[in-house]
Order: sequence, then structure tokens, then C-alpha cells
Amino acid sequence: MTLQPTQSPAAMKEPATLPPSQSPSATRRTRGRARGIDPIPWWLKLVVALVAVYLILPTVFVIPMSFGSTRSFAFPPKNLSLDLYRNFFTDPDWLTSLRNSVVVGLLAALIATIVGTAAAVGLHHLQGKPARILRALLMIPLVTPAIVVAVAVYISFLKWHLVGTVQGYVLAHAAIGVPFVLVAVTSALSGFDSTLLRASASLGASPLRTFSRVTMPLIGKGILSGAVFAFVTSFDEVVIALFLRDPTFQTMPVQMYNSVTYEIDPTMAAASSLVVVVVTVVCLVLQYLGSRTKTR
Amino acid sequence: MPTTHATTPTPEAAAEAVNNRSGTRIRLTDVSKDFGLPEPAVDTISLTIEPGEFMTLLGPSGSGKTTTLNLIAGFETLTTGSIMFDGGDVSALPPHKRNLGMLFQNYALFPHLTVAQNVAYPLRERRLPKARITEKVGQVLELVQLTGRDKHYPSQLSGGQQQRVALARAIVFDPNALLLDEPLGALDRNLRGTLQQEIQRIHRELGSTFVFVTHDQEEAMNLSDRIALFNKGRLEQVGTPEALYATPETLFTARFLGDSNVFDIADAKGVTSGSAVAWEGRTLAVEAGTVSPRVTAGEPAALVVRPEDMRIATTPDEVPSGANHVSATVRQLDYLGSYRTAVLSLGGGGTVGRARLAPQEGGLRVGQAVTAWWHVDRQRVVAL
Repeated sequence: MTLQPTQSPAAMKEPATLPPSQSPSATRRTRGRARGIDPIPWWLKLVVALVAVYLILPTVFVIPMSFGSTRSFAFPPKNLSLDLYRNFFTDPDWLTSLRNSVVVGLLAALIATIVGTAAAVGLHHLQGKPARILRALLMIPLVTPAIVVAVAVYISFLKWHLVGTVQGYVLAHAAIGVPFVLVAVTSALSGFDSTLLRASASLGASPLRTFSRVTMPLIGKGILSGAVFAFVTSFDEVVIALFLRDPTFQTMPVQMYNSVTYEIDPTMAAASSLVVVVVTVVCLVLQYLGSRTKTR
Repeated sequence: MPTTHATTPTPEAAAEAVNNRSGTRIRLTDVSKDFGLPEPAVDTISLTIEPGEFMTLLGPSGSGKTTTLNLIAGFETLTTGSIMFDGGDVSALPPHKRNLGMLFQNYALFPHLTVAQNVAYPLRERRLPKARITEKVGQVLELVQLTGRDKHYPSQLSGGQQQRVALARAIVFDPNALLLDEPLGALDRNLRGTLQQEIQRIHRELGSTFVFVTHDQEEAMNLSDRIALFNKGRLEQVGTPEALYATPETLFTARFLGDSNVFDIADAKGVTSGSAVAWEGRTLAVEAGTVSPRVTAGEPAALVVRPEDMRIATTPDEVPSGANHVSATVRQLDYLGSYRTAVLSLGGGGTVGRARLAPQEGGLRVGQAVTAWWHVDRQRVVAL
């Protein structure tokens, strides 16, 4: 709290309703907070703005392009139309690949969430060296170059006849989604008081009931954000998907890659814009849900 | 503050108290817990906690009292021994099947549930009908004086209120016993006093078995029917607060409960024969009744005197005949509000002692040579 040498005019007007012993300090506290204790300097704001533009600009470019014509990529687009969107929603290739991506993403996220949450909870109770080694092992997919994972997956899946199948995509994408869930749930657990588990047991709840009535509600936000990360990771994964593709089964990133490299089809701009908008909306909704549970 | 053990109950009241006692008997037989460290955390402890008794497990940190509580609760598995509730062996039961209420130092309330939902938690686990749950929650919140707070979340309550909610939650399902793991440790001094009285009142009203863990000897003396004093994983002494204070068996007990003047005795031979011991060349008389049964001849022992039994005479003639006495020097005078104490060097100088001063022992000054004396029946010879 900052101390102000004199009462501000606003503070002088208000105290009539408050008990005299309390009013000055209470008013001062709210004033200090409203004003900001350490104002952010202008140059820092400028840096933030530059970084934000650098990060967002490439993504934003694609949105005006998606309203262009069907003949070629152009920026800025010459005449605005919804042709590309019409293409996207009428072409069976695009729609099938979108459906494939959603199905693979949801299933992969489901598996990654279950495995990652179980691992995080288990590692939370385990201490010392074994826990550190296990954690490092589970994080490997995050640091391994995608192409290495892709080739390894491709060779083993050839043997197991999983190339070009939903199961193959789901398994591979679940594996690369696990670290995201692990990280999100682990950070949610770091604020989790484990005496709550003992309290729950003493009150007659079995470990499974304790998980569903205490642990789940308290780390649910972490699990949900891990699940979303896992879904998005699968949804935009392209390297493994290129190796596993099959004429009969392609995910949307592969279709987008094809549309640029072989056909030069600007429909891809509409597809990209849709992905950007949907992912952004999902993340904003998550943020909103998160802040709402916190203020309760 | 009134205490259960300090009041002398009428026979009628005592009979009623016995009849009311509906708690569970907890019997620990040769219980050990070894975490693989050089010393076992709990080393072959046998202890019976009577139905309706307020038993305190007291000891310094690392003495095994909390591990013992966790063994009773089922949070730790026994290395050896057994635990019985009213004759039923619970040694292999997981915690959620032992039907024990528990209070924790950090309250351990579920932050995502309201006060009412927290208290209803054990009742919902037991599948009570909804109307019955509402009724019991209302009753127990009244018992802990938190009526009207049922819609609040734990974070909206003070520490004292949170511990009351935890207390309500731990007793609402009529558990076999209530285990309290330093529940007042996180509260400030005034609040601790209030909650001590609250816990005592609820113990009286429920008549169930309470097992209380603390390292605070005052708290233990205030609340307990009996105290089990722990030292290095073993039971040092079990008894009523009065018994532990007035007739300690070991130097550890004498030092842990209250202050003591300690005279080291190299060989207890003279003590066990019931005559006298030598201390720094002086002879101190010993009465057989004041010797702890754990003292053995040939072993070192200690003679202890409580500060309130230590008297100060300015001249040797003032010492009554038959009393033990040693020369002393006043080192310091402490004013402690309702009374004063003198810090003394006893005998040749190495031993530091303490005497609580009576109002008439006023005119002492620091550096004065005096004689410290006490009645032979007010001392106690204890094992090391």
C-alpha cells in the first residue's frame, strides 16, 4: 500500500458515510489500487505492442486473403467475396479432411488427457529420483524433433498396419499430446493441498470417490486446459500426419499442404481463417471460465 | 480457565460422566513404525485409550506422536503390532473404513465447497437421505456456533471459524473417535484459548474418545484426562497431568512438563537404599516415597525440585531442620506479572536453578549469597 501525504479531494468528499476511525485508511487503499502502484512506463508498452504485432500479424494476414477470389492468392484481395468459403463447405475433400481432423483430435485429446492426468497425479505423490526420471521420459515428445518422431512412428506403424488408419493417427497424436496435459495438470496440482486427500479419507471417501469429489473439481481447470492443448496440437500437427496419410484418410493440415504444393488452391486461406477463429474463440472461452471460477 | 481434571466432581456427576461415555476404546499393542531411517519413528508402543477419554499425545517434534496418530488413522501402515477399536482389529483397514473424525493444523476444508457442503460431505459418503443431512448439518453448525454461515466458502471465514467448520465436519457422522493433529497450532494465542474451551465443551457434550496431538505442554495439561508423553519414538510416561507433573519418573518428563531444578547424581546407590545422596560433596536427604521406580542403583540419576517448592533463606539459620539445602547466588530477578522468580547458581556455580518467590521474599538483590532450601517430600529422584 502506498501512503499519500494528503487526502485527495475525492477522499474528502466521501467519508461522511463511513465511521471516522476507518474512513481515511480504507479510502486510501482503494485509491492506491485504482491508480496502480507501479505504473507501466510507455516504452515497455511499446515493446509489448511490437512483440504482439510480430506474433499476430502473419496469422491475421490470412483472414483478408480468405475473402479473395478463387483464382489466386492475393494480398490485399482485389474484390471481396465469400467464394473461398463456399468452396470449402461444398468440396467433399475439404469437409472429409475437416471431419477426420476433428475425430482424430478429439480421440487423441481424450487419451492424452486420461494418461497425462493419471501421470501427473501419480508423479505428484511420488518423490525423488524415480519421479524425475519418469517425468523426463514423458516430456520427450515435446523436445524431440517432429521429423524424428514421424519417421519412428511411420516405420513401426508400417509393421503394425496402422498407417492411414484412424487408430494410427490417434495413437501418434495422443503421445505428443501427453506432455501438454502433464504440464498443465502438474501446475494445477502444485497449488493442491494434499492434506485434503487425508481429510476426505477420514470422512469416509474411498480414493476413487476422493478423486471425483475433491481432486477433480480442484484441478479441473488444469485438466481442461491440458485437453484443449492436446486437441489443438493434434489438430494442427502436419509432419507425422504427412507420413501416416493414405489416399483414403487425410487430416486437414495435410489437405492444406496438398492444396498449396500441388493445386495452388486459395480455398486454403478460408480453411486457415476458420481454424484461427475457432481456436481463438475456444481459448477466450477457457480464459473467461478460468477467471469466473477464480473470483468465486 | 476451568479444566475437566481440575474440578473435583460430585459422585453423582462422576457417575453421570461415566454413563455418558459412549466412545470407542483404542488399544495399541507393541506398535512400531520404521521408515527405513536409523531409528524407528515409533518403537514398540503399547497404549490403551479408554472410551470417552481425552488422551493427549505429547512430545517434542520427531518424537513419534504424529506418526502414532497417523497409524491410528490408517494413513501409515504398521511395521509391527496391532491396533484394536473396541476389540475389533483395524490394523489392515484403509483410513476411509475406520470411521474416525480428524482435525488438521491447516483445517483441510474443501475450498470448492460451502460450509454446509463441507459438513455434509461425510454424510453424503454414507448415503443419508437428503432431509436427514440438512437436519444434521443444521444441528452440528449450531453446536459449533456457526449458524447462518452455511452458504459461505471457507476462504470467506477467519482461521478460528474455519477450524470450527472442520470440527463440525469431523463430528457430524458420529465417528468412533476424534483425532486432533495440532489443530490449534495455526491460531493466535487468544483464539487458541477460546477454541480449547470449545473443544473441551464438545468433548463433554459428545462423550466420545478424543486423541489430541500437541507439542505444547500447557495445552496438554489444560485439556487432557491423560497424557502420553513421547520421547524418541518411545512412551516416556503415561498418566494424568497431575501425575506427570507431581511424580515424573524420568528427567525428560520433569523437564518437558514445567520447570525443574536439577541436581545430577552420579550413582543412585544411596537413593535406592532410601537414605541420602551426595551432590557436589554435600549430602542430600532422600525419602523412599519420592524415588521413581525407574531409578536403579549403580546408574546415574537426578534429583529434581520444582521452582515453586524452592525457598530462599538469606541466612542458613532460617532453614527448617530436616530440609535439604544448598548454598546459592542470586544471578537475576525476573518479574513475570503475578509473581517473580530468582535465577540462581546452585552450589559451586555450574548448576543454574530457579525459584519462584513468595511475596515476603522481597529484599533480594543480584549477586547476593543465599541458601536455597526445600522440604524433602517436595523433591523427586528420577531416572535419566
